[in-house]
Amino acid sequence: MSELTQEKIGLKSRRREQPVGRFSNLKLGEILARQGILIAFALFLIGFTIANDRFLAPDNIMGVVRSSAILGVMALGVTFVVLSGNLDLSVGSMMSFSTIVVLDLHDKIGPVLAIPAMFAMTMCLGALIGFLVGYLRLNSLIVTLGMLSAIHGLTLTYSGGKNMDIADKEGTWFSVFGQSDLVGIPVPILIFALLASTLGILLAKTPYGRKVYAVGGNGLAATFSGINRSRVVFTCYVLSSFCVATAGLLQASRSLGSQNTVGQGLELEVLAAVILGGASLMGGSGTIFKTVIGVLILGFIQNGLLLVGLQFYAQYIVTWIIIILAVWLDIAAKRGKLWSPIA
Amino acid sequence: MSTQKPALRLEGILKTFPGVRALDNVSFSVIPGEVHALMGENGAGKSTLMKVLGGLYQPDDGQIIIDEQPVVMTSPLQAKSKGIVFIHQELSLAEELTVAENIYLGELPHKSFGRVDWKKLHAQTDSILQRLKVGFNAKTRVGELSIANQQMVEIARALTVEAKAVIFDEPTASLTDAEKVVLFDVITDLKSHGVGIIYISHRMEEIFKITDRISVLRDGQYRGTLNTAETTDDEITQLMIGRKLDLSRNASHHEVGDVALEVRELSCGALFKNIDFEVRRGEVVGFYGLVGAGRTEIAETLFGLREPTAGQIYLDGAEVTIHSPADAIAKGISLVPEDRKGQGLVLGMNCRDNMTLPQVEGLKFGPFVAETDEVAIFDKYKERLDIRTPGWKQTVGNLSGGNQQKIVIAKWLSMHPSILIVDEPTRGIDVGSKSEIHNLIRELASQGYAVIVISSEMPEVLHVSDRIIAMYSGEIMRTFTSDEVTEDNLIQAISGITSNRAA
Ligand SMILES: Nc1ncnc2c1ncn2[C@@H]1O[C@H](COP(=O)(O)OP(=O)(O)OP(=O)(O)O)[C@@H](O)[C@H]1O
Ligand SMILES: [Mg+2]
Repeated sequence: MSELTQEKIGLKSRRREQPVGRFSNLKLGEILARQGILIAFALFLIGFTIANDRFLAPDNIMGVVRSSAILGVMALGVTFVVLSGNLDLSVGSMMSFSTIVVLDLHDKIGPVLAIPAMFAMTMCLGALIGFLVGYLRLNSLIVTLGMLSAIHGLTLTYSGGKNMDIADKEGTWFSVFGQSDLVGIPVPILIFALLASTLGILLAKTPYGRKVYAVGGNGLAATFSGINRSRVVFTCYVLSSFCVATAGLLQASRSLGSQNTVGQGLELEVLAAVILGGASLMGGSGTIFKTVIGVLILGFIQNGLLLVGLQFYAQYIVTWIIIILAVWLDIAAKRGKLWSPIA
Repeated sequence: MSTQKPALRLEGILKTFPGVRALDNVSFSVIPGEVHALMGENGAGKSTLMKVLGGLYQPDDGQIIIDEQPVVMTSPLQAKSKGIVFIHQELSLAEELTVAENIYLGELPHKSFGRVDWKKLHAQTDSILQRLKVGFNAKTRVGELSIANQQMVEIARALTVEAKAVIFDEPTASLTDAEKVVLFDVITDLKSHGVGIIYISHRMEEIFKITDRISVLRDGQYRGTLNTAETTDDEITQLMIGRKLDLSRNASHHEVGDVALEVRELSCGALFKNIDFEVRRGEVVGFYGLVGAGRTEIAETLFGLREPTAGQIYLDGAEVTIHSPADAIAKGISLVPEDRKGQGLVLGMNCRDNMTLPQVEGLKFGPFVAETDEVAIFDKYKERLDIRTPGWKQTVGNLSGGNQQKIVIAKWLSMHPSILIVDEPTRGIDVGSKSEIHNLIRELASQGYAVIVISSEMPEVLHVSDRIIAMYSGEIMRTFTSDEVTEDNLIQAISGITSNRAA
């Protein structure tokens, strides 16, 4: 370490001889490029705090985390898919499916059976996508875009297009997942935290996680290393569908009733969070921790915009702007410049 | 030294990366019409110096002087406009585009209304390709070309501009002998037009054949410049690595054991047919032939990447079917693949994780990867193969070309396979490490490994092999024992008919 700092000092003293303007210019660009997202987030925070003093109040913070939990849980699974070099645009409509199914089955077979049944059905959908993308090597964008609409159709067919409600909303214990607190912390936050740490460890510390990175980083090299690429991709989608089922459970338990379109549009928000966290859409780079940061950044920005009085629907536009910004900064970080004539 | 004015000069160049001082006060110049070699061990800073010159990196300090004018080189485009053409160590072509489009990318000839003048484009391209005597034309899609031919496309790019200096960074690493001859003709041609050539290579024969001066870097520092006509191998090596090199073969007269691998009548479509050979424990069998002779395809078949259309494979006398690379690994086969960037490495991953990737499932502590064991493996091979990197956390993509290759070799050696197949193992590796790897291969054999070495370098096969199998166009022409083989009969065996086929 000391060697390194010495080098840096040596470097600085030599650098002073360069024309100052160009030097400081370059430096600022570099810093912006590398830490752009965090800097932008810090500016947002400062701005919102000035605009509205409620923004950093503890209950508001807790509220943001809590309302981000469902999105967050989904983002964890999508992180695996993105790391393996693929996309998943079907998570939003898959989440609607889970929510509707578990609410419907709740009254038909009781919550104890409804929950595992819903998980099984959702994960079958994940397995189907995994099979198509992993084993048949179909383009994940096309497959999951198709699935987005197919699963929506499936949900509507299942529900007959009607909203789904639990009959006895007062009498069921099913609301524990979405509405209760444990040791003073809302259960959705606990579930998000638990899942995040488990999946974080799975990704960072186990052979399986290593393989996910390898497959996304260079699929051919992974194959040459004896890794079964198809199986890794398949499991990523199954894992993602497990997370979606969990999100559906949280959603159903929170509202105890739902429209068919409850998850609509979430796929983009989830993707925004994952990219915001710094995962590369090319695969092979990103972490669960970064995704959690991305989820929180997105949550705080959306909350802040509401607090300063922006219309709810403006969020869709803002989310898009954030995605573009994040992708740009991601590329800029790789080349160390905000703009460069070469790729 | 020379009275002629240099075409360009680099002065006091300093470049650091986190944890690495890649260039430390390096100066270098090229005179018009000379071929100036830049030599040094893997990681010495050759490519970095050239990237500074080519506008890809900004130096932390120092100057680039062209025509006595200091120039701040901010982009490759600018470098090109100053007449500096860079042919990279790693290919940078758009695979989906045609040869012509790649060569003139960014400056396609235009007709009115911004329409591309395809006729002119293709005519211009074909005239350049003719000069290079290649077997493809302007309309060929680059993705369909062999690596060697892609290299020729890169070279063709250099011929499109009025160049002041052309940089060749290890251009011959994947060229066949015939293609090399063409390349050297091109270089001579450029030279006679007063272009300064910077030539990076680890191959001494080439250096002596075509260069006029040699500058040497060691650990990012300038070590001196020699006149090629007045120097020797030894003197260069001495400057490069600070000691003499012992090139004698480890006279290991070890026992040759049982047959470990036997291949009978193996065929795979048109790629290779009726391949018969066996490899014993303790034996190194070399496969020599031209690029496209089917050697790599045989290796891939043995490693479960291709399905043979006929024939049998026996391991320790028992017939086996190898379904997948995982299956091959489980059966004790390792393959160091030909293309380190595409097949060997996950460039965005760190050194350690790359090295242990095939065995990560076996390195467990409970459900977790045993990271301390991994670091131990990394340290062992870093030491053994002299891999230059600040530590295991370094991203492999940031290593120099030769050091990346060493990571790939370490990756498969550390599997302790019973059958080790290495395909062009020393591509891009410096002289010192090359002999180290050759010694290692001999040593592994003496420990009872069965080793197959595929190489297009005759000295390499001659040096390491106990037996040499000469291939031509998918068939085995002849098998030599190390006593009976000579350069001449080997060349005869692999050429079949002298042809310059586009692979
Ligand atoms: N982008 C980078 N980031 C960090 N370190 C780098 C980067 N590029 C090069 N280096 C380091 O700088 C040193 C010099 O590398 P360079 O590629 O110039 O070596 P080289 O002389 O071309 O070697 P080779 O013969 O193997 O191609 C190496 O230690 C390498 O790891
Ligand atoms: Mg190099």
